[in-house]
Amino acid sequence: MSFLLQCPSCGRRPVDEFSYGGEVTVRPKSSEDERALFGYLYFKQNVAGPQREWWFHSSGCREWFQAERDTRSNQVLQTAPPGGLA
Amino acid sequence: MTRLAERRGELIDRSTPVTFGWRGEQVTGLAGDTIASALLDAGVKVLSRSFKYHRPRGLLCCSGQCPNCLVQVDGEPAVRACMTPVADGMQVDPINAWPSLDSDILHAVGRATPSFGMQVGFYYKTFIRPRWAWKYYEKFLRNAAGLGKLDPAHRRTGRFEKVHRHVDVLVIGGGESGLEAAIAAARDGRETALVEEGLALGGRLAFSGPAAATRAGDLAAQAQEAGVEIVQPAWAGGVYEGNLVPVYQRNTMYRFRAGEIVIATGVVEQPLVFGKNDLPGVMLGSAARRLVNQFRIVPGERAVVVTADDLGIDAACDLAEAGMEVVAVADLRDGEEDERLALCGIEHLTGFAPVEARGRKEVTGVVVARGSERQSLSADMLVMSGGTVAQWGMLVQAGGSVRYDRERRVYVPDRVPEGVRVLGEAVGTQSAVPAKADAARSTQFVCYCEDVTTKDVHLSVDEGFASLELSKRYTTVTMGPCQGKMCHRNSGLLIARELGVDPDEERAGVTTARPPHNPTSFSLLAARGYEPVKRTAIHHWHAEQGGKMLWAGDWKRPYDYGESEEETAAVHESLGLIDVSTLGKLIVRGPEAAALLERLYPNRYGDMKLARVRYGIVCGDDGSILDDGTVARLSETEYYVTTTSSGAGGMEQWFTWWNAVWNMDCQIVNVTSAIAAVNLAGPNARTALAKLTSFDLSNEAFPYLGAGHAEIAGVPCLILRIGFVGELGYEIHYPTAAGEYLWERLMEAGAEFGVKPFGLEPQRVLRLEKGHVIIGQDTNAESQPFEAGMPWIVKLDKENDWIGRYAIEWYQRRGERFALVGFEGRNGAVPKEGAQIIGADGDPAGRVTSTRFSRRLGKTIGLAWVPAALSEDGTAITISDPSGATIPATVTHGAFYDPDGELLRS
Repeated sequence: MSFLLQCPSCGRRPVDEFSYGGEVTVRPKSSEDERALFGYLYFKQNVAGPQREWWFHSSGCREWFQAERDTRSNQVLQTAPPGGLA
Repeated sequence: MTRLAERRGELIDRSTPVTFGWRGEQVTGLAGDTIASALLDAGVKVLSRSFKYHRPRGLLCCSGQCPNCLVQVDGEPAVRACMTPVADGMQVDPINAWPSLDSDILHAVGRATPSFGMQVGFYYKTFIRPRWAWKYYEKFLRNAAGLGKLDPAHRRTGRFEKVHRHVDVLVIGGGESGLEAAIAAARDGRETALVEEGLALGGRLAFSGPAAATRAGDLAAQAQEAGVEIVQPAWAGGVYEGNLVPVYQRNTMYRFRAGEIVIATGVVEQPLVFGKNDLPGVMLGSAARRLVNQFRIVPGERAVVVTADDLGIDAACDLAEAGMEVVAVADLRDGEEDERLALCGIEHLTGFAPVEARGRKEVTGVVVARGSERQSLSADMLVMSGGTVAQWGMLVQAGGSVRYDRERRVYVPDRVPEGVRVLGEAVGTQSAVPAKADAARSTQFVCYCEDVTTKDVHLSVDEGFASLELSKRYTTVTMGPCQGKMCHRNSGLLIARELGVDPDEERAGVTTARPPHNPTSFSLLAARGYEPVKRTAIHHWHAEQGGKMLWAGDWKRPYDYGESEEETAAVHESLGLIDVSTLGKLIVRGPEAAALLERLYPNRYGDMKLARVRYGIVCGDDGSILDDGTVARLSETEYYVTTTSSGAGGMEQWFTWWNAVWNMDCQIVNVTSAIAAVNLAGPNARTALAKLTSFDLSNEAFPYLGAGHAEIAGVPCLILRIGFVGELGYEIHYPTAAGEYLWERLMEAGAEFGVKPFGLEPQRVLRLEKGHVIIGQDTNAESQPFEAGMPWIVKLDKENDWIGRYAIEWYQRRGERFALVGFEGRNGAVPKEGAQIIGADGDPAGRVTSTRFSRRLGKTIGLAWVPAALSEDGTAITISDPSGATIPATVTHGAFYDPDGELLRS
């Protein structure tokens, strides 16, 4: 893994400057629905294709942002501050 | 041997002799020589023994492609002798030869058994039965296999570095096309670097006589003038995602990021397949030309050239010009005799293919044939040229692909990804002529690295491995150090023939040339990282006072100062001081700071009064305990948060993440390194501290869990009245710059009370006496607060949502299965941390996470995870220690020492 990632604050940087924060998910609103709760906690979508995910620029500005990345090619389609993906 | 007359294009410096060791004997070459050229000049023809049959091997490609000249240099294995310049005093040894290069016992084994034994699949078929014998076989095979020896006592000297580089254009290959592309790019104003593996720039120009050498020199000068950065000798290891190219030069790995990668890797001349085509004295045409033109060495007396294209004719002319007798050129192609050969008076045998080389340890002749017509020629050198193969491996690594061009009978680039260009001969301009493998009875090698013969390939196809990819896995052809550079094409052609398909109509397929492109030292891959050690502002004081410094995460902390027990006693009886600067420290500030903490912690922070501090744990959304620490409220909108020593970075990341997710009006600043912290603890803590500050420390004004700003010895501080170690204590946070200064003032103030600095070990004993957990030692990724004995910290009645809430609610409905409890040993023994708790059925049911003998309490105490059934206060449990001992213990709840916290509140 050595692709480049566009940090919204710092620009294009090698991926080893960043920490991966996992898929962008929606937290369930209660513990009532067991499936929804454990799905959120333990089952990842793991799509083969464009995926929305969190990244932290740990060796840079130390800000979180979101990226859309094709998991098959590691092509980064877009990055944006949280909530800003098109 | 004497060298040829001085001429333009030679690499040697005749005025500077260089002496090095070969098998313990002194050999003298010239500056500019490679190990291989110097050895050949000294008359050494055999450089190594082959991988499997231990056959003698000599110089073959002279350009770093083949495995034949791999040697051991100063203890480092797999050094390419033909690419490594000689240096005074270097010790060079052959590899894979025992007892010696001249008479190798394993070679004799191979000779005795080739017809039935050592063919492909030999190991799998032979050594599988009887099974008990494998351990004996293995010893023998381990000895026989592999290249070179790793000497455990050998230590590399020097430092290995990684360097990050960014350029607009990176040109891989310093041949004519590469140089021209680099010059053009640099003149265009783009920052350009060029990587060349060889000792000379210009590619083929560099070894094709004086006129070509002049052109190579001109190009090199132009490149220099245009500002091209030439990295040489160095090699590109491969092409990775994001146009990343590791370039290895001596002790440095350059990680080049290039806007554009220009692949100008050219071609590799191919061997021909015929009997005993591996005898020392059999050499590629380009190798012979390099020796003559670059090192001015005449590599033999009588040469025969067998060729499939004009490269062999070029070589024949160069050898003749150098004064060698060139007996004949056997040309696989039919057609007219070549004019240049006629001019040199060399016989041109058109339509002739080599059948087999003659000789035992060295070439003494060769048999060539045209149909049934055979000719036996005597020679001490056999030059072969089987055409060339374009080097497109890096294109494929970059994500491109190649296709077979039927007309030109070569692979050409098909899909070339953005940011990559392929130039020069690497695009497959040279037509590759298939080798004709004739029916020689002697062994014909397809793959020099792994000793794969035509018979092996035949057998693999016969056994059903009917494609190059399958046959490769069975025979290991293309899997040796050359990664197929010398054998890929020939093995493909051979398999096509075995399968009875027209190689042009239905290709047997291509294999992938994977990085690294050349043998690469692990030292380079593991080059120095950049993870500096963290030291507190008081580090040097600790070291000077006999602190036994050890790693604690990224930090160095004192284990103790050589007297753990006295240090522990000092805290209990009078006064101790510990450096806790390693604690993570975050400032959480903003209108929604309280709201953020309410959502991040299971307990409450919104209702906290100013100037108070409260313990807290942070949970993951799965309910597990991630970290713990204290939170002090400094104002309505500002909190001071401490984390564990190793948790600082992770907690900062965690806090900022949720802050981003919820888009809250709050800022988080990590001030871990900016703030030093010490804990002054013991019954005399108040009296001692009062000497240095006018701040009212009385219990009424500043009670337990108070937080206050104060000036201590002139240093602005935040004092937290908390007690990890169980006695009256003040945790003092202050600017790192004053770290050692305030520490020394506190030591002075405490001197009359016999203050002792204490380290990690006394702190572990003291906190265990209080039953305080250490996150990560007493908890793991599955520990959630109810089971970890902290139900009081979880406020399930909080109105807001908080991280971990739903999982914890779910766990509460399910019921607790385990519990973290205290225990007291009943027989004085101290189990090891990690010892098992034995259940009623005799099976492991839990584990000890912390344990010490407490002098203060006079007994063994500890923390352990036990099944819910064994968790009641007073339950008798049995600990099985790794030593084999069984230790009886009793479950306890609450702190062992000062269970009601009276001392903390005093």
